Amino acid sequence: MSGKYISELVKSVPPSGIRKFFDLVLEMEDVISLGVGEPDFVTPWHIREACIYSLEKGSTSYTSNNGLLELRELLSKYISSEYDTVYAPDNELLVTTGVSEAADLAFRAIINPGDEVIIPEPCYVSYIPAVVFACGKPVPVPTYQEDDFRVTSEQIEESITAKTKAVVLSYPNNPTGAIMGRKDLEDIADVVNEHDLMVISDEVYDRLTYNGTHTCFASLPGMRDRTILLNGFSKSHAMTGLRVGYAAGSDEIIGAMTKIHQYTMLCAPITAQIGAIEALKNGDGEMKKMVREYDRRRRLVVGGLNKMGLDCFEPKGAFYAFPSIKSTGLTSDEFASRLLKEQKVAVVPGEVFGECGAGYLRCSYATSREELIEALARIETFIDSI
Amino acid sequence: MKEILEIIEGNPKIEPVASKIKEMEKAGIIRKYKTVIDWEKAGEEYVYAIIEVKVALRSRTGYDAIAERLARFDEVRSVHLISGDHDLSLTVRGSSMKEVAFFVAEKIATLEQVQGTVTHFVLRTFKEDGDILFEKEHSERLLVSP
Ligand SMILES: Cc1ncc(COP(=O)(O)O)c(C=O)c1O
Repeated sequence: MSGKYISELVKSVPPSGIRKFFDLVLEMEDVISLGVGEPDFVTPWHIREACIYSLEKGSTSYTSNNGLLELRELLSKYISSEYDTVYAPDNELLVTTGVSEAADLAFRAIINPGDEVIIPEPCYVSYIPAVVFACGKPVPVPTYQEDDFRVTSEQIEESITAKTKAVVLSYPNNPTGAIMGRKDLEDIADVVNEHDLMVISDEVYDRLTYNGTHTCFASLPGMRDRTILLNGFSKSHAMTGLRVGYAAGSDEIIGAMTKIHQYTMLCAPITAQIGAIEALKNGDGEMKKMVREYDRRRRLVVGGLNKMGLDCFEPKGAFYAFPSIKSTGLTSDEFASRLLKEQKVAVVPGEVFGECGAGYLRCSYATSREELIEALARIETFIDSI
Repeated sequence: MKEILEIIEGNPKIEPVASKIKEMEKAGIIRKYKTVIDWEKAGEEYVYAIIEVKVALRSRTGYDAIAERLARFDEVRSVHLISGDHDLSLTVRGSSMKEVAFFVAEKIATLEQVQGTVTHFVLRTFKEDGDILFEKEHSERLLVSP
């Protein structure tokens, strides 16, 4: 295939760096994978049971474009009780096919060709391609371990041009596990206000905050209508494959996103929406149990990595550790490839998540403690052998 | 405290929150660490039966005396005082149906206060002490994902 039928825009986006590791791992056996970006828990039974029951009753149709009203009402109640920010179920909330779709809609709803979007890195791999597909121009901003991988308001301000339309914030962060303090966010809010920008805030890991409290960006004074808040059920309720998330924002923004969504997606899967209703009504207990378990693993992994001499920043949220491997003299790609071949442990090289991730590895601790202990032992063996 | 207890109920091998656990062991809140064994998988063919026992009460000692007496048999794995048609429910373990049947006939039915017994042999165990014994659910995750 010459690719002559493929659009230049699509061709301009390189394939995901994660793909390469995925292919390598597939060829091997007995691999312990710390490369997984989703919970190892199955969706809690009561949620699955609600989905099964809905199927038995025959709930298999489309829902309204913006999602089941009961779900939007519950979401509205939930966000207002958790973050003291009120969104009207009718026109300020949109149920989507995961945060992935919500992010895509957000970019497409606000970007004119050539508009710039500031994206702190390292970050989740989808934002940059999504901005490019929306004909925007991603402007990556590096974050550093010295700053606890937080983006500063100064960095954002320095990156602003006449073309800047929006800033992406994604905390707790994949891949670093960094979170932002309230003060950090307030400073950014000032900059955003001054330069009349939008913020797309992906808070899909908000419930997985172990040390500190999560501040919802939209809850800051004056930020509600400047923010497109994205969240979902994939991480908090181990519902990745069910595909349900949501966007919250001003009537105008949600209206624009709904316009795209109604023509391109129609609605989020009804079974998943029903599962989300059950998760919001009765899911807190199971969720907290999972969070406690992640926290125990977090301490195990971060402690273990530091002990073997890899400098590992303390991740305060999500389920990733992001150790520096600069002391080994290897690049992250060499380290990850050799670790996989020689010790059969899969991790993801940090530069997959942005240039400034070079010299780091993403180690997901969404894996059983037994496997984590074994993986740590193998990593230590590998380091000793370098 | 409930949180810690729930955790070790699910997995007693957890890294110790030592001092708290020691305290609860001392206070008798944590009584024992148990192992749930799938004997069938281990190749041991144990036979279990649930025995309902109807008791003629002696007013002075109530149910305690007979229940405590039954609890002393090694074959008896659990003793519960229950509501409903019968008074006590026992779990009895033996190496064959015959052995269990004889044990009930000779050691339990013959007790003075026991008016009658009904024996239900266990055909298969699906869940034991909160632990599911059939094929556990698992999801086929991609080994590397964003
Ligand atoms: C930061 C971040 N946002 C969004 C997603 C995707 O979420 P969803 O499953 O809701 O599409 C992920 C998944 O890895 C993520 O890490």
